Amino acid sequence: MSTHKITTQKVNFKVFRFNASEDYLPYYEDYNMDVTSEEVVLDVLNRIKWDHDGSFSYRRSCRHGICGACAIKVNGRSTLACKERMNDMIELFGNELTLEPLSIKRAVKDLIIDKGDFWEKHDAIHPYLISDVDEHPEHEHLVTPEEAERLLEADLCIQCGACHYACPVVEINEDFFGPAAFAKAYRFEADVRDDALDKRLLHLHEEKQGLWDCVKCFECAEVCPKDVNPIDKITKLHQMLFKEGIATSNVATRHAVGFKHSIARNGILDEGGLVLYSEGLGIVKHVPVALRMFVKGKIVPPWALTKSKNLDEIKKLVKSSSTAKF
Amino acid sequence: MKKLKYALFTGCTAKQSTPEQYMSTYAVAEKLGIELVELVEASCCGASHLQDYDDFLSLVLNARNIAYAEKHGLTMVTICNTCQLNTAMTKHRLDNEHGLKEKVNAKLKEIGLEYKGTSNIIHFLYAIIDDIGLDKIKEMVVTPLSQFNIAPFYGCHNIRPSELQNESHKKAENPYNPTSLDDLIVACGGVSVDYKEKNKCCGFHVELQAPRTASILTGNAIAGAMDGNADWMVTPCPLCHLKLDTQTHHASVAIGREVKLPVLHMQQMLGLALGCSHEQLGLKHHLTKVDFL
Repeated sequence: MSTHKITTQKVNFKVFRFNASEDYLPYYEDYNMDVTSEEVVLDVLNRIKWDHDGSFSYRRSCRHGICGACAIKVNGRSTLACKERMNDMIELFGNELTLEPLSIKRAVKDLIIDKGDFWEKHDAIHPYLISDVDEHPEHEHLVTPEEAERLLEADLCIQCGACHYACPVVEINEDFFGPAAFAKAYRFEADVRDDALDKRLLHLHEEKQGLWDCVKCFECAEVCPKDVNPIDKITKLHQMLFKEGIATSNVATRHAVGFKHSIARNGILDEGGLVLYSEGLGIVKHVPVALRMFVKGKIVPPWALTKSKNLDEIKKLVKSSSTAKF
Repeated sequence: MKKLKYALFTGCTAKQSTPEQYMSTYAVAEKLGIELVELVEASCCGASHLQDYDDFLSLVLNARNIAYAEKHGLTMVTICNTCQLNTAMTKHRLDNEHGLKEKVNAKLKEIGLEYKGTSNIIHFLYAIIDDIGLDKIKEMVVTPLSQFNIAPFYGCHNIRPSELQNESHKKAENPYNPTSLDDLIVACGGVSVDYKEKNKCCGFHVELQAPRTASILTGNAIAGAMDGNADWMVTPCPLCHLKLDTQTHHASVAIGREVKLPVLHMQQMLGLALGCSHEQLGLKHHLTKVDFL
C-alpha cells in the first residue's frame, strides 16, 4: 500500500460560458470547489458537468494524453486537460483559475472551439507519406535506427492544438501555418521513405503562410504537452531549405545568411550593413527611423564600427566551420 | 564579502544602437561593487537567425565566446535576452548532445581554444538577484522610484524555454507568471504594473520579414502597459527596447491607436534608484523621450 497522502485545496474557478447559437456575448460562471492533489484538470471539468451544470460543454475522449481532444486554456496557458495536474496549475497560478477555450474568438459552445483553421493548415502541408510504392516489392523498405531518429519528437504530436492557439503569429496572421503544421511538415520531410522532399518544402517556402514569419517566442515549445518542441522543427526546416538548395533569395533568407557575412567581417555585427544586406533597396523604408536614431547617437557610422579582438580567429572559424551554402 | 567579478558578454546591440545600455551597465556595476571583465574577443551570437542557415557554425562561434569566459575562470554575464538564449542553448547542447563537444572542440583547437563547460551563463538580471539579492539592493537604494507605476516587459528569450532558462539561475522563473523584474521594480521602490503582455513577444525577430506582425505585437505590448496605467516600461532586453522605443510610429499605425511610453533598460532603472546621474545612464539616447524625471 502506498503511504501517499491525498490533500485537498479550495479553488475558485472562473469558467467561460458561451453558446454561439443563443448568446450575444460570453460570460464567466464561478465555481468554488475542493480540489484534491490526485486530480487533473479534466477531472474538474467532469465534476462541473456532473455535479453543477449538465449543459457545460467541452471535448474529451481518451483521458490518456493520446487523442488530443481536451486541450483548453487555464489562466491563458494552453493545457491538455487530461494530462495537467491540478496541483501544478495551482502552483503556477494560485487558487483563482480561469478556464477558457483554446481560442475565444473561435468558441462554439463553452470550451468547445471550431478547430477548422487548425485542420485546414494541417491538411495543407500534406501530412502523410508521399511515396512511389512498389506494389510487389521484393524486399521490405528498411529504415535504420539512425534514420528513424531524425524524426525526433516530431512524431509524438497528437494535434491537440495547444501550440497553435498559443502562437502569437497565428493570432495576428490567419494565413500563418502555425507551429503544429510546421512540426508535422518536418516529421515527413525528415522521413527517408518520403519522396515529396523538395515538393513539400517548396510549397512551404513559396506560400505566403510564412515558414519565415515565426517570431521565435518559444511559446509553442513551452506549452506542448508531448515535448514536440515545434520551434526546433521550424529551425530544422529552415536549415533544410538551404541544405536542399531550395532557399530562394528573400529578406528572411538573406537576413539569416547576412549574419555570417557580418560576423566574418567584424566579429560583432554591423547592424546597418546587415539591414542593407537583408533589405536591399527596401532599406529606404527604414530611413526615417534611422535618421532619428542617428541624431540620438544610436547609429555608429561604418568607419567607427567596433571590431572583435582576435578577429583573425573568427575569420578562420567561419572558413573552417561553415556547413551551409547559399 | 568577496568582490563579485563576471565576464561580460555585451552582445552587438549595446555597442551600437543601444549605447545607453552599455553605459548604464557599467554605471550600475560600479554602484553594486561588481567588477566586469569585458569579453572584447567575443563575436555576435547569431541572434537566433544564423542557426537557421548554419547550425554548426553558430555552435562553434558561441562555444568560442564561452571559451573566453572560461579562460578567465569567470561566470559569463549577458545583457541581451537573445545572447542569453543562444549562448545558454549552445552550452546546454555541448554538455548534453553526444559527441557534439568533441566536434566543436576540434574546430576551436585550430585557434588554440577549448570549450570545457566550466562557466555558467547568466543574464545580468538574474546574476544581480542571485548573487547580490533583492534585500541588499533595497538597502542600497538612495532615490526610491516610489512615485512611478512601472510596467515590466520580460522578453521571450529570458523566460522561455523555461527548462533551459532555469538551468542558469537559482531563482526558478515561471514563464506564465514571471516575477523577477517585478521584484526588482519593487526593490527600487517603484510600483510594478501587472498587464497581460508583460511576458509576451515584442516582434523584434520578424521586423524585416513580417513588419505588420512585428508592429502589432509591439503596439499591443505598449498599449497593455498604458492601459495598466504605467508611467514607463522597463526591460532586460535591448532588442525589446529597440522595438518599444524606436518603433512607436509603426506600432501605432498597425494597431490603430497612438501608443507611446518611455522605455528604460533594467540597468537604467536600477541606476536611477542607486543614484547614478542621467548622463551616466545615457537617458538622452532614447527616441521616446524620457520625460518623467
